[in-house]
Amino acid sequence: MIAYIMCFILFLVGLYGVITRRNLVKIAVSLSIMEISTFLFFALIGYIDGGVAPIVDPADPVKTYVDPLPQALVLTAIVIGLATTAMLMAIIIRLYRKYGTFDIREIKNLRG
Amino acid sequence: MKGMTLIVKKTTQLIAGMILMYGIYVIIHGHLTPGGGFAGGVIVAGSFILVTLAYGGDFLKLVKEEAGTTIVESLATIMVILVATAGFLFGTQIFFNNFLPKGNVGELVSAGVLPLYNIFVGTEVASSIFIIFLSLIIFKEESPQ
Amino acid sequence: MNPLLPLFVVTPLAGAFLIMIIGRFIKEFNKYFASLILLFLACLSLYFLFITGENVSVYKVGGWEPIDKIPIGIYIVMDGFTAIVVCIINIVGFLSAFYSISYMKRYTAENYYYALFCLMIAGMNGVVISGDLFNIFVFLEISVISAYALVAFGVEKNELEASFKYQVLGGIASFLILFGIGFIYWKAKTLNIADIKEAFSTGYDRTYFLFVQILILSGFGLKAAIMPFHAWLPDAHSSAPSPISAMLSGVLIKAVGIYVIIRLFFNMFPISGGMSILITTLGTLSMVTGVFLAIGQWDIKRLLAYHSISQMGYVVLSVGIGMMIISKGGSKEIAALAITGGIFHLINHAAFKGLLFLNAGSIEYTIGTRDLKEMGGLAKSMPATSATSLIASLSISGIPPFNGFFSKLIIIIAAIMAHYYFLALLAVIVSIITLASFMKFQRYAFFNKKDDKNERRIKEVPFPMVFSMIIMSILCILLSLLVIPQIRDVVLSPAIDILMDPSKYTSIIIGQ
Repeated sequence: MIAYIMCFILFLVGLYGVITRRNLVKIAVSLSIMEISTFLFFALIGYIDGGVAPIVDPADPVKTYVDPLPQALVLTAIVIGLATTAMLMAIIIRLYRKYGTFDIREIKNLRG
Repeated sequence: MKGMTLIVKKTTQLIAGMILMYGIYVIIHGHLTPGGGFAGGVIVAGSFILVTLAYGGDFLKLVKEEAGTTIVESLATIMVILVATAGFLFGTQIFFNNFLPKGNVGELVSAGVLPLYNIFVGTEVASSIFIIFLSLIIFKEESPQ
Repeated sequence: MNPLLPLFVVTPLAGAFLIMIIGRFIKEFNKYFASLILLFLACLSLYFLFITGENVSVYKVGGWEPIDKIPIGIYIVMDGFTAIVVCIINIVGFLSAFYSISYMKRYTAENYYYALFCLMIAGMNGVVISGDLFNIFVFLEISVISAYALVAFGVEKNELEASFKYQVLGGIASFLILFGIGFIYWKAKTLNIADIKEAFSTGYDRTYFLFVQILILSGFGLKAAIMPFHAWLPDAHSSAPSPISAMLSGVLIKAVGIYVIIRLFFNMFPISGGMSILITTLGTLSMVTGVFLAIGQWDIKRLLAYHSISQMGYVVLSVGIGMMIISKGGSKEIAALAITGGIFHLINHAAFKGLLFLNAGSIEYTIGTRDLKEMGGLAKSMPATSATSLIASLSISGIPPFNGFFSKLIIIIAAIMAHYYFLALLAVIVSIITLASFMKFQRYAFFNKKDDKNERRIKEVPFPMVFSMIIMSILCILLSLLVIPQIRDVVLSPAIDILMDPSKYTSIIIGQ
């Protein structure tokens, strides 16, 4: 149970970072922390005590395997997370070019 | 920027090829061992990125490479879609149908179309990660107006 | 099992990458090819709308048949509600793509634009036709990542800032959704929506359900910009190129937000009193606050974007009223009426909000500004834009005989019949304020003063833009025909049936 709680705390750490940090890159890093906490959670829910990696061994087919589905989901989610982070970084580099700063307080054209 | 020091360049020469081979190994054994298209593709892209970083030079001249990689990426995706659509034409009319003979469990050539998917997904992932790297580095090097 | 179903995802996906390759070598290929793909999809979706009706078609990707009635593959489901939303996506998508042929001439890198456009369509179609929870997440990410890139397409200060804001909030939403999916998988050990319904119906753990429902509601609510999560919408929707604003406002927030909320809360979770009150409150809040924020805006696209929040509030409100009636065990007819109103308004909003954003794009295209104070007297020089925007404004503010009037009327009647007089009153007041706000838009943009300096230079926009706007305005008028019972039975009733009777949805999908 403690692992699940730690996982949720990691999520909240990421959320705290997104809300309080002023630096664009640090916000992106905080988002990645949130993302990784979610992946950890998925890995945890597929875990079975004493299970082995879900690769069928023809010699010994009856074994306790961990649940392979969450692992597949995590792999998919990692790809998506990669795309999101790359997109965010591209935007951050462009923003830095336009404003010359990473400080989010300076970037406030859109109001109202 | 003239690239990194001689030591880095020599080490890169030695290991980049091995990394590439390992990535290809992971891709083509994707249906037998852990790994597969995505993991192998990332390793392959890693070898390219390593060479680009170690030899450095003028990154702005890499625009041609970027264009080529984009085409490879798009082609790989279209191939995945074509293999998936082939399920329509052979056997039952189902998308993503595994229409090839399955073979024996544990052999390299088995599991029907899965190795094909792994190869194309691996190409796709390798090229797209390399593109991300190239685009970001070209963005960064472009002189600010 | 209909073998044509996966084409909704495959065609735009293949089209996007073909544009990336062939568009490099052949100029002008991209725009016509994208329009062609979208036209094909629009025809396909209309075909499905007519053949679906009462019979739900289920498609198992990869041919994975269920074992002991436990679904193991990914399911694609086409039922009445899906058919309606797929129609909205592809028809508005086609008109926007056709509109872009002239509009996007000002921008460079048109290849990327059309490729991203097709990817966004593929993602939205995937979200809507998928019957599997994780698949919904994957396609949702495909569509919103393309939307992030399209919002930033102008690469100027405003666009980049809006896109950054959208990405951060969208990222948080994605992880909340992912967490929710993880929790659902933890308990239910399956990802198929119908199967989850089956697993949930055995036990009832109140805290667990509340937690999961809140996670899912806040995640998809952020994507749909319901009131407390609305901060990104006005920036993102006003900064994007106009055809994309029409897509984002008219389609994307419905397909990835409202549609999924309605689908999951009716067909997956057991309907509970607390959640229905929460959804109704959120709907009312966004309906009222959206319109009050809109009335002070002078930037046309921001004004329209705030109205999107308000109009989505109507949809969420009426769906919430339906849920409240069901959870209290009230009359099924009134609940069905409320949900009919909501879905009818969802369709109508796609038509008139898409049209209004296209009008705003035409105005920006000709006079190069979005500020209402700098416009005026456009009615004479741009007759088509003026006439179509008048139709759209009358529709959105609920003037008979345009479509907005009928859907709002149904919502208000349902609220009165369910004895929620206060909500009905609020809906009427918001409608009146909407009318006031759009009278301001009409007066300042088209009728006000004569600007003699620019008079000669202003011309009507090119043919593709006029064509899209006229088709949209015809849709605005024709959609009011949906109130006629014979037509409603064909189009709306199957959707309502499948939402009102979750066991039917489950039995159809598990049973096959």
